[in-house]
Amino acid sequence: MSSIQTEPAPLESAPLLQAQSLRFARNDEAIFGPLDFSLHAGETVLIEGDNGSGKTTLLKVLSGLLEATSGSVLLHGTPLTLAKLSHQVALLGHLLGLKLELSALENLRFATGIGGIRPGITPHLALASVGLEGFEDAPLRTLSAGQRKRVALARLLLVPAALWLLDEPYANLDRGGIDLVNRLLEHHARRGGAALITSHGAYAFTSGTPRRLALKTAA
Amino acid sequence: MNPLVLWFHKLGSPPYFYRFAGKWLPWLYALALICGAVGLYGALFTAPADYQQGDSFRIMYVHVPCAWMGLFAYLFMAANGFVGLVWRIKLSETLAMASAPVGAAFTFITLVTGSLWGKPTWGTWWTWDARLTSELVLLFLYFGVIGLYHAIEDRRQAARAAAFLALIGIVNLPIVHYSVIWWNTLHQAQTVSLVGPSKIAPSMLWPLLTLAFATHVYFFASVLARSRVALLELESGKDWVRALLPATETPHD
Amino acid sequence: MKPGSTSAASFALLRRDLLLVWRRRGDALNPLLFAIIVVALFPFALGPEAAVLSRIAAGTIFVAVLLAMLLSLDALFRSDLEDGSLEQLVVSPHPLALLLGCKILVHWMTTALPLIVIAPLLAQLLQLPDKTLPVLLTALALATPLLSLIGAVCVALTVGMRRSGMLLTLLVLPLIVPALIFGAGACNAAQNGFAYSAPLLWLAAWLVLALILAPLAAAAALKISLT
Repeated sequence: MSSIQTEPAPLESAPLLQAQSLRFARNDEAIFGPLDFSLHAGETVLIEGDNGSGKTTLLKVLSGLLEATSGSVLLHGTPLTLAKLSHQVALLGHLLGLKLELSALENLRFATGIGGIRPGITPHLALASVGLEGFEDAPLRTLSAGQRKRVALARLLLVPAALWLLDEPYANLDRGGIDLVNRLLEHHARRGGAALITSHGAYAFTSGTPRRLALKTAA
Repeated sequence: MNPLVLWFHKLGSPPYFYRFAGKWLPWLYALALICGAVGLYGALFTAPADYQQGDSFRIMYVHVPCAWMGLFAYLFMAANGFVGLVWRIKLSETLAMASAPVGAAFTFITLVTGSLWGKPTWGTWWTWDARLTSELVLLFLYFGVIGLYHAIEDRRQAARAAAFLALIGIVNLPIVHYSVIWWNTLHQAQTVSLVGPSKIAPSMLWPLLTLAFATHVYFFASVLARSRVALLELESGKDWVRALLPATETPHD
Repeated sequence: MKPGSTSAASFALLRRDLLLVWRRRGDALNPLLFAIIVVALFPFALGPEAAVLSRIAAGTIFVAVLLAMLLSLDALFRSDLEDGSLEQLVVSPHPLALLLGCKILVHWMTTALPLIVIAPLLAQLLQLPDKTLPVLLTALALATPLLSLIGAVCVALTVGMRRSGMLLTLLVLPLIVPALIFGAGACNAAQNGFAYSAPLLWLAAWLVLALILAPLAAAAALKISLT
């Protein structure tokens, strides 16, 4: 059972994301909750916790993949149901959601077909920004784990979404990759987006001080 | 609030249901046994021999109630499954899954007794006419539900998936029931009806109805017993289950 | 078509899945080979007499096609589940039922359509009378989408199970038996000179029902399985 400790949030206008008394239990065993927090545009929140503290489950509940046992999630003030997502949420899970038999370009073309494309950027540009220039047409099967992660990051650049839910975004990345993630998060925040990321806490958010939410497992 | 509605809500709580079912079980079994005995006596001794089939028709008294129960059990399972899926009530999920093996057993007995009856009457152990075929399909549906329930590790998710499957298969039930009317079959047409006069002699009818009642009571007793065990398993960590165990352990945190 | 709209998403999914099948086109041939082998075994088992073979031809072809489709059904959602793509589809703003419908369509196009194309070959192997062939093709065209649709619901219920092979067959078969009865029944009726439109119309009616309900049921089943 996880409890939360938050630092006081800055006072701002209507929050992008709000969790109210959010609880999740599996087979009557509590995973996390009750959780109350809100996320405003331009904010990045880091959810810290050990393995098994429920970070991934929390992200799945916030994205609508799992239904909370009790409590509610509000996106722009309206309750989150899958039907209302409308291009507002991007989820980067443990598994990247990329097809290994297809190339980076083909994967990105599919992603933009499903989720739309930001004005002013193309798949080629996005791949170049994440350092994969020259790797556009190689099947993902032939790329390393870090390179595949970068393709997923390119997807974040391409597909418009106000809220980013990133599960272990730093995993599998080298120092350059970690910097890339931080740059992407800053850019997203400056654009008015919000992001919720989980981490073991091993890789620090090197720029600015994000608000931290600690999910601690009971001793 | 209406006391009946209140009681119904209370019944959904596992510990209350466990006690309630435990209290009624012996009576249900006793009632099923007595009615079964009376019905069987009537079936074997009081009812006159059929003018065409002689005494071999008496297997009908096992075959027909079991056939009715096979269908009733499926409806019971599907209804509870629906409640469990929509309202996530643990007890409904448990009742649905408990009735699956019972219904499968009744369907199996129906097929076997039907086969035994068919040999002297029609000259064959099996034929692929509409009613027999759809009864066999019903048995496979039961197997599918039971198989799916046991294949998923999380018990509650397993119950929901199996209940969903049961609801999809429910289309098969009307086909089974009306197949005798829709197609010309070797199987005899419906003779007992809920409304209007039945086409069967009264002296033959009452043991049949008595045995039908007995099998219904037995079904509920069996489902309640299975549900009690299933609830113990499902709630094994909880306090109310621990309280049922004999107090032999040393106290711990 | 505006990227991100529901129609764009459907086409993107169709294109991606067809591309994936094309990349592994060797595997896509397996159901075809299986059907041919099954059908070819019957003359060896029953003897080459044309009269015997032509009596069972339609039904045997139907069974072979159904079994071949069952083989590839298991893989419908498996790879998407394993790499997280299924999650992305569920979280996307588009109706999950529609997206699953696209995947089912690709399954039918890449498994059943080739089988229907080689059905005349299978018919020749079993000495099916020429007059029955159009009825066989129509019946297959109606029954195979039914199998894809109903099968998809059952796959959604068993998605993620490691050893689901036989269980899936057990789940699908009772539900698909009526389609088999009516499909093969239509062919046999046509072969014997009886009217055959009624069973075909029944098949068509069930198909229309399944087209609307099965994707919705599969989406609901998937949500149950993914929790």
